[in-house]
Amino acid sequence: MGWAIALHGGAGDISLSLPAERRLPREAALHHCLQLGVAALKAQKHPLDVVELVVRELENHPNFNAGKGSVLTSRGTVEMEACIMDGNSKKCGAVSGLTTVVNAISLARLVMDNTPHIYLGFDGAEAFAREQGVETVDSSHFITPENIERLKQAKEADRVQMDYTQPIQKDEKSESPTGNGDSQIGTVGCVAVDKNGNLATATSTGGFVNKMVGRIGDTPIIGAGTYANNLCAVSATGKGETIIRGTVARDVAALMEYKGLSLKEAAAYVVECNPRGDVGLVAVSAKGEVTMPFNTTGMFRACATEDGYSEVGIWPSVQD
Amino acid sequence: MGGWAIAVHGGAGVDPNLPRERQEEAKKLLTRCLQIGISALRSNLPAIDVVELVVRELETDPLFNSGRGSALTENGTVEMEASIMDGPKRRCGAVSGLTTVKNPVSLARLVMEKSPHSYLAFSGAEEFARQQGVELVDNDYFITEENVGMLKLAKEANSILFDYRIPAAGLESCSVGAAANSPLVMNGLPISVYAPETVGCVAVDGEGRCAAATSTGGLMNKKAGRIGDSPLIGSGTYAGDLCGISCTGEGEAIIRGTLARDVAAVMEYKGLGLQESVDFVVKERLDEGRAGLIAVSRDGEVACGFNTNGMFRGFATEDGFMEVGIWE
Repeated sequence: MGWAIALHGGAGDISLSLPAERRLPREAALHHCLQLGVAALKAQKHPLDVVELVVRELENHPNFNAGKGSVLTSRGTVEMEACIMDGNSKKCGAVSGLTTVVNAISLARLVMDNTPHIYLGFDGAEAFAREQGVETVDSSHFITPENIERLKQAKEADRVQMDYTQPIQKDEKSESPTGNGDSQIGTVGCVAVDKNGNLATATSTGGFVNKMVGRIGDTPIIGAGTYANNLCAVSATGKGETIIRGTVARDVAALMEYKGLSLKEAAAYVVECNPRGDVGLVAVSAKGEVTMPFNTTGMFRACATEDGYSEVGIWPSVQD
Repeated sequence: MGGWAIAVHGGAGVDPNLPRERQEEAKKLLTRCLQIGISALRSNLPAIDVVELVVRELETDPLFNSGRGSALTENGTVEMEASIMDGPKRRCGAVSGLTTVKNPVSLARLVMEKSPHSYLAFSGAEEFARQQGVELVDNDYFITEENVGMLKLAKEANSILFDYRIPAAGLESCSVGAAANSPLVMNGLPISVYAPETVGCVAVDGEGRCAAATSTGGLMNKKAGRIGDSPLIGSGTYAGDLCGISCTGEGEAIIRGTLARDVAAVMEYKGLGLQESVDFVVKERLDEGRAGLIAVSRDGEVACGFNTNGMFRGFATEDGFMEVGIWE
């Protein structure tokens, strides 16, 4: 028993040759967010507050695909979504289609705390944000030059694919400065448990590059990208459509609850059962265990437990 | 292998004072939908086509809360949502915030078949509907006179109801019209005002393929933008290799309980049978929430469970069993 925390900045095809100038700031951000969460847990903050705090910080970091730095829809706009859940009460809140809310995760928390509903989307969610007086900004705040370039490349790739007379220049694509998937698939998330076994999870994302306007992914869907009960808390990342049909986050908990698997066994089983390259997750159990499996090339991740264990990583650990 | 089976529902939570004519109308509609499903299954249509066909019929009929006859938002408009899932490969599609699409379940099907995504909402979903050329109608088409009256009652009740879980006692002391005198409350509203009548269909075909579909107008007097359990895979709708499930009732309780996925998970991971799994989930997973669900298994069984006062439902199986009911 003891507190534990794990967080992620997305799983996907993260090139093993990711240049240092793009790897280091992300590693630094993971360290920073982990420290923030650890300090909050040591100060006996409730895990629900801890995961919100950490995800806000990840949202504010422009190198991850959530909040500022969110990837763009096919129309060049940002549509963010987020979800938060408390393990013991199973209370939860979710939002989709946000265009001006600085911290989507905090609006999800307000949906949970201040409405009879769980999930608000699009104009209704924006109207609720203004009612609640959360910080909003012009949508352009979220759009980074890197993501404009990324959308341009995605669109060009689409056009090439539709024109069968010209083969896709795969090599050219991977040599481009931003087109190599290091944050295209990024979502951010955090799970935490305190020494009393209270669990919470939070996930936030900008979706994926060149998504259709109105597309909802796994992140805001309870049981898919985000789930917590009194046994464990899970935040998943990867290919949204796979995670939805696999009800990935709920399945980790269901395997513990109904099949008696341990946290590590349950999480590994779920990741294994899904198509290779599609899924990563972070999870903590009520007993203070932590696990961060993925079947993608890499996953930006970090964790710490009360007994002093700490890890920050991107690719599979060497000993695996 | 037990052959095909089908179940339909028109919502869980029924006003005990529901007029007899309306009960009869509801039973007639459920029977007609079952017949449509049965003949489709007999002509070897795959389960996924059958559930879409049946839910379209329920949406088109104004009686229940989906498509025409949907509950109204606080702004007096209709915002519909639906989802569909095919068991064999667990492919799925969902839509929310539709205002002009005549049959939301068919747009959910198109999201599954024709888009790279699983879930589209609001203006993006409407735009996709236009791209796909599905039948569109004016929002007024969905609005019935009865629901305009119900919204008025809901708004009057709300004016004294800030917390949605304030017990019914507070309501009874206020004169908000005859419909509000019902002792049964769901989501803080008298049941006849709350209009929980979401629709759904689950089917398994002769080859053991399961599918599920759910469609709704959501809560009466809901906030614009509110998303309930119906479009959420794992909550309102789920189908896998073993079974297909469609839920209805208090959406927030269904979401917290990931009710549809849990029926399948209990079968898959705990090894319980279909009806046992349904009973377990209704008893253990709803906390204080009120809901109901229908389910079929790949072996051709049907099951139903609810902790509400009644549920509009109907079942049929290949061996000739058929039942349509409202109460326990």
